[in-house]
Amino acid sequence: MKLRIRHSKMIQQGLARLSLLWGLFWVFFKIGPSTFGGGYAMMTVIEHEIAGKRKWMEEHEVHDMMSIAGSAPGGVGVNASAFIGYRLAKIPGAVAAVLGITLPTFLILYALSFFYTQLQHVPKVQAAFKGINGAVIGLIAVAAYKMGKNALFDRTTLVIGAASLGLLLLTGWNPIFLIMAGLVLGIAVVRVKKWFGLQVVTEKEHQEGQNSTGNTGVIEYYI
Amino acid sequence: MFIWQLFWAFLKIGFLSFGGGYAVLSMIQYETHSNGWMSDAEFRETVSLSGMSPGSIATNSATLIGYHAAGLPGAIAATSGIILPSLIVVILIAAFFFKIHTNFWVKSSFYGLRPIITGLILYAAIHFAFPSRNGSILDWTTLGTLLIGAATFIAVVKYKVHPLAIILLSACAGIVIF
Repeated sequence: MKLRIRHSKMIQQGLARLSLLWGLFWVFFKIGPSTFGGGYAMMTVIEHEIAGKRKWMEEHEVHDMMSIAGSAPGGVGVNASAFIGYRLAKIPGAVAAVLGITLPTFLILYALSFFYTQLQHVPKVQAAFKGINGAVIGLIAVAAYKMGKNALFDRTTLVIGAASLGLLLLTGWNPIFLIMAGLVLGIAVVRVKKWFGLQVVTEKEHQEGQNSTGNTGVIEYYI
Repeated sequence: MFIWQLFWAFLKIGFLSFGGGYAVLSMIQYETHSNGWMSDAEFRETVSLSGMSPGSIATNSATLIGYHAAGLPGAIAATSGIILPSLIVVILIAAFFFKIHTNFWVKSSFYGLRPIITGLILYAAIHFAFPSRNGSILDWTTLGTLLIGAATFIAVVKYKVHPLAIILLSACAGIVIF
């Protein structure tokens, strides 16, 4: 008798866990394709779903998590989904959430590239694509501008930024080395500056309420 | 093995893709170029397709490049390669150092990283705007492309137009201009 009760409890718990995993997968499956433009467009939707509608996390916890999602490597949407999934259901939760946010885009892209290969040689399609190519260049420039506004705020950062662009244009080095160098360089520069007794500011100071995303502390470099 | 190569290249990129999306384009372009997965022109088309689709432009490009290079298994390998690092790093952060963004080491490394990311994104923009082409640099296509690019920049920064509207408008503009 006792054993049977314990058994049914275990089954119940298992089912509750499965339904949580499925819920995580489904929430992010819906968020994935609805947020065109990626990144911070996604953030408000995630906040609404997780803190507002489902009350899975507190609002301040979601904000905290987003600043981390912005600083960890990878897309901010995928990072946020992994974070929320982990907080709610450990590693299986993280996997379910990441699968959820990735799968729809994967399928959409798959279909899109199929149609593209079919229509590639139609002149009107080619022309439309040239137009979109221009828009994408513009969007990349916007990303650079937004990032630059936050990143290049003193003489050191200006020099580092200009030097890295110059190196890329002139040498064609693997950008991966630049990223790794940047991680070390930042720490070294701050150390040296402290050594000389200079005042070190590692981030551009934000004025409250100026951030357009509404979350202070979130770096707006992912659009 | 080829599939493994795709997975490995995007895994490397994934671990260092600070800043997400556009910053990674330069890295993806480098790997694609040096492995000969597709031509520069094909890469530009790929990025345009990625920009049109929902989600991160980096992940989208990985999917398309993987697909182009090795079909469905390639697409799965490249996509999981670029996503796996997010999963691993975020789980580590969530499990062990939740308050990482206030950490001194993180703050000072980002001080050096952010300007470099800016450089990487700018480089991607320049690379796309001025493709190495035989013949004159300023032909009709380049000029039109730059015009649309400039219009996009102004529309997003000044008037905050949604990227989806811009992509649709630019497709129409493309049909008219080219």
